Amino acid sequence: MNPTNYLVLSIILFSIGAAGVLIRRNALVAFMSVELMLNAANLAFVTFARMHGNLDGQIVAFFVMVVAAAEVVVGLAIIVTIFRTRRSASVDDASLLKL
Amino acid sequence: MTSTLSALATAVATEGGHGGGQVATAATGVFDLTWLLIAFPLLGAAILLLGGRRTDKVGHLIGCAASIASFVMGVVLFFAMVGEPSDGRAFTVQLWEYVNAGGYSVDVSLLLDQLSISFVLLITGVGSLIHIYSIGYMEHDERRRRFFGYLNLFVAAMLLLVLASDYLILFIGWEGVGLASYLLIGFWQHKDSASVAAKKAFVVNRVGDMGMVLAMASMITVFGSTAFDVVFASAEGASTGWLTVIGLFLLLGACGKSAQFPLQSWLLDAMEGPTPVSALIHAATMVTAGVYLIVRSSAIYDLAPDARTAVVVVGAITLLMGAIIGCAKDDIKKALAGSTMSQIGYMVLAAGLGPAGYAFAIFHLLTHGFFKANMFLGAGSVMHGMHDEVNMRRYGGLRILMPATFLTFAMGYLAIIGIPPFAGYFSKDKIIEAAFADNWITGLATLIGAGITAFYMTRLMLMTFFGNRRWKQSEPPHESPPVMTGPLWVLGALSVVGGFGLLYVGAGIVDWLAPVTGEAHHDLPMPLWLLITITLATVVVGVAIAWAMYGRRAVREDVPAGNPLTVAARNDLYGDAFNEAVFMRPGQYLTRSLVYFENRGVDGAVVGTATAVGGLSARLRRLQTGFVRSYAVTMLGGVGVVVLAMLLVRLP
Amino acid sequence: MGEAALFWVMAPVAVLGALGLVFSRKAVHGALCLAVTMISLALFYIAQEAPFLGVVQIVVYTGAIMMLFLFVIMLVGVDSSDSRVETIRGQRVAATLAVAGVVLLLAGVTIRATLPEEPVGLNQATPDGNVSAIADAIFGTYVWAFEIVAALLITAAVGAMTLTHRERIVAKATQKELSIKRFSEGRPGDAAGLPVPGVYARHNAVDTPALLPDGTPSEDSVNRVLIARGAARSTDEFRHHPTPADVEAAATETSFSVEGEDVAAGESDNRAGEIGTDDDASGGERA
Repeated sequence: MNPTNYLVLSIILFSIGAAGVLIRRNALVAFMSVELMLNAANLAFVTFARMHGNLDGQIVAFFVMVVAAAEVVVGLAIIVTIFRTRRSASVDDASLLKL
Repeated sequence: MTSTLSALATAVATEGGHGGGQVATAATGVFDLTWLLIAFPLLGAAILLLGGRRTDKVGHLIGCAASIASFVMGVVLFFAMVGEPSDGRAFTVQLWEYVNAGGYSVDVSLLLDQLSISFVLLITGVGSLIHIYSIGYMEHDERRRRFFGYLNLFVAAMLLLVLASDYLILFIGWEGVGLASYLLIGFWQHKDSASVAAKKAFVVNRVGDMGMVLAMASMITVFGSTAFDVVFASAEGASTGWLTVIGLFLLLGACGKSAQFPLQSWLLDAMEGPTPVSALIHAATMVTAGVYLIVRSSAIYDLAPDARTAVVVVGAITLLMGAIIGCAKDDIKKALAGSTMSQIGYMVLAAGLGPAGYAFAIFHLLTHGFFKANMFLGAGSVMHGMHDEVNMRRYGGLRILMPATFLTFAMGYLAIIGIPPFAGYFSKDKIIEAAFADNWITGLATLIGAGITAFYMTRLMLMTFFGNRRWKQSEPPHESPPVMTGPLWVLGALSVVGGFGLLYVGAGIVDWLAPVTGEAHHDLPMPLWLLITITLATVVVGVAIAWAMYGRRAVREDVPAGNPLTVAARNDLYGDAFNEAVFMRPGQYLTRSLVYFENRGVDGAVVGTATAVGGLSARLRRLQTGFVRSYAVTMLGGVGVVVLAMLLVRLP
Repeated sequence: MGEAALFWVMAPVAVLGALGLVFSRKAVHGALCLAVTMISLALFYIAQEAPFLGVVQIVVYTGAIMMLFLFVIMLVGVDSSDSRVETIRGQRVAATLAVAGVVLLLAGVTIRATLPEEPVGLNQATPDGNVSAIADAIFGTYVWAFEIVAALLITAAVGAMTLTHRERIVAKATQKELSIKRFSEGRPGDAAGLPVPGVYARHNAVDTPALLPDGTPSEDSVNRVLIARGAARSTDEFRHHPTPADVEAAATETSFSVEGEDVAAGESDNRAGEIGTDDDASGGERA
């Protein structure tokens, strides 16, 4: 099977994730969309690793996972803190940083 | 004082020699203590100015003590100097290093030689007398302690000026006396006229100071140093052009400090200060600093004939201008101030004549210090008795009521118009001789000046002490207290014998100064007796005209219209008008246009840019909605643009 | 062949999961859809000679991270659903344009790029197997990055704790203080604590209100969350509805004996709660 198919899938997932970030107001959903984008990128890395016979792609995907885990930890903590004070998980409600 | 001067006169003469090339040796013994001369009054000033009200009660005594201590020190040093061999009377006292910047270094060191000791004795002697006089004159002023502090500061700065052995150190004293002058002219600062006059003196003096600074900068360029010994020793090797430039810059500095044309305008206004200040600073000492500077820089002027010509021209113009102004003033102090300008013009002219005139310039400077201080203090005494009235048209017939003031003033009067054997006769006659020996024009200028001097001084004398009594009968004048008349008597006596004593007792001042100034003999174009006769005749004519105008006829109390020359003289020969028209107005227009340019051009550009940025940002900030999702759109678009750009660059 | 089958089966599943994430109204549904996508991605990893990453994907992503998301969703409120109305003007259009642009860009790149038809494969790169090769790389070439990432993880953990930590500003109330407070401020009837659900009732489930000694069902005994969700049983179900005969009997009992008995009082109380017109003191108090 042509591995380009995986890349196409990766592009589709990445775009859907991007659309989710842009459209959804719920902070948690937007955050999950970001995770989806990261996963799409990981798929591309793994595919390239196999395509070129080079393991580095997999290593990078591994590090992306670890960093994503760290990001999730902090991001969720922020969401929880905001929710605790504002009783809202909408990203549009936290829009005070402007003139 | 008298004994000192006779001792000065008995000093053994030395051989002459062009250029005054005597070599100063390091000071030993009592000469090592030269710095005490400056330290005494400086300490006095510090105590009085820093001590505050605690020293109010004894302030005047401390001030006098500091000045007298300095005078005693000066006398001691003088006699010690007389005791030295005639070719070894110059001493340098190395104090400390002031600046050491690479190849340029300045030492704070003092030069004590025949010229500076003459000034030291004049400054401290006359200064002490005026200090004593001020005790009486300023008795009713509640800020008397501060006045004495300023006087002491002045004396210290003036001594530093004449004792410095480096132009830069001289300049410190130069600025110090300028500061003291400013403070003392504006001493009665509650009067608008006084504070304005102080500012005027300060500003005009800055013009002269620019000359000094430029002169020093030129010296550093040419000689690499501003020390007297280095500059004078290497002047021979410098180009005439540079020497002329330095000489002209020094002349500018001298013009500022000595109120010479074209920087004369401040001196007449400076009479707003208390009269002892006018006597000490604006007659006897500070205004002669310019003459000192020129004489001290004789090594430069000797080699720059063009600069010397400029000095003569400036002196001649100023002596006539001052004399004419003096004729028209009804304010007794301003008339004397015009006279001061005129007499300093004589000195500057003499100094410009070269080695033939240096000694006479200093000679006239010393005698002028005596009789002009005498007359100023006399005028102060008159004002004191007349309840601060300065208009001579309100005086008249004071000789009966103020006999001591009248007698001493008369001695000064006879001295200044040059009646033998009073002091002025000797000194001024020598200058006229030297001027005639140089050329006819300068000679005639000095001769006419002498005639006008006789006229205005006689006018002043007649209006003040003779004629009808024009003051209010309800407030009769009274004689001043002894503490004021005492110094008058001393100075009066000096006005009588000073000239003769300085010139003939011993070898005389000319030979005394010769190691510093050099010496040259001049040949008169006419027999000496003829010149003396002509001079005296001119003086008599001047006196006679004044007698005809003010002695025989009663002096009017209102101011007559007068002829155009009188009107011009009353307006200081339009010196102020000239300055206003040529410097002030264009300056104001320039600043106004600069302000306009500032506001519209520079500020306009700056403000315009700021407004443009502000307007732009006001529109751009609409993009800042605070919504994360809007930013995310922008970010995604930005990422797309970056990737696209990279692709366009990387991919063929 | 097997790989192609796997791909063509699982790729639509992954895309559907992703679309489900974006279009589900409830966050919890989105999370579950994302989990489906991630599991399918794990299968793709395994299919592409990356068994280690596939396992990590399942264990770390689906197992840990998604669970974390679910926990937070529960904290925030599992039932909250988003409105679909866009509040930012032009956001939908801009988002559509941006995403379309990115799709076009990536598609263009992929099309223009020269990619091998057949993958090289990792057999040569990983002679001792995938896990050993990755271990070699991580603890060899990339050890420095690995250490940094470890520090990053620790920092993130500390940061999360700092963010969610709440400082106690007053001392925690002791049991004694709480009981004093109950007696002084609360209703005397609740002084011994709220009634336990289900007790004395026909059911002993948590959604069943307790019956008070007078026979009235108590709403206080049921968890408020259940009531808010509408998951609790109605109190009406357990209320005693008196028949006309009962009312008559009660009336005769009242005329017969002035001193009311417990049951009668309870019944009158019941009516008070129901009709709200009785002027009985205890009933008024209870209302």
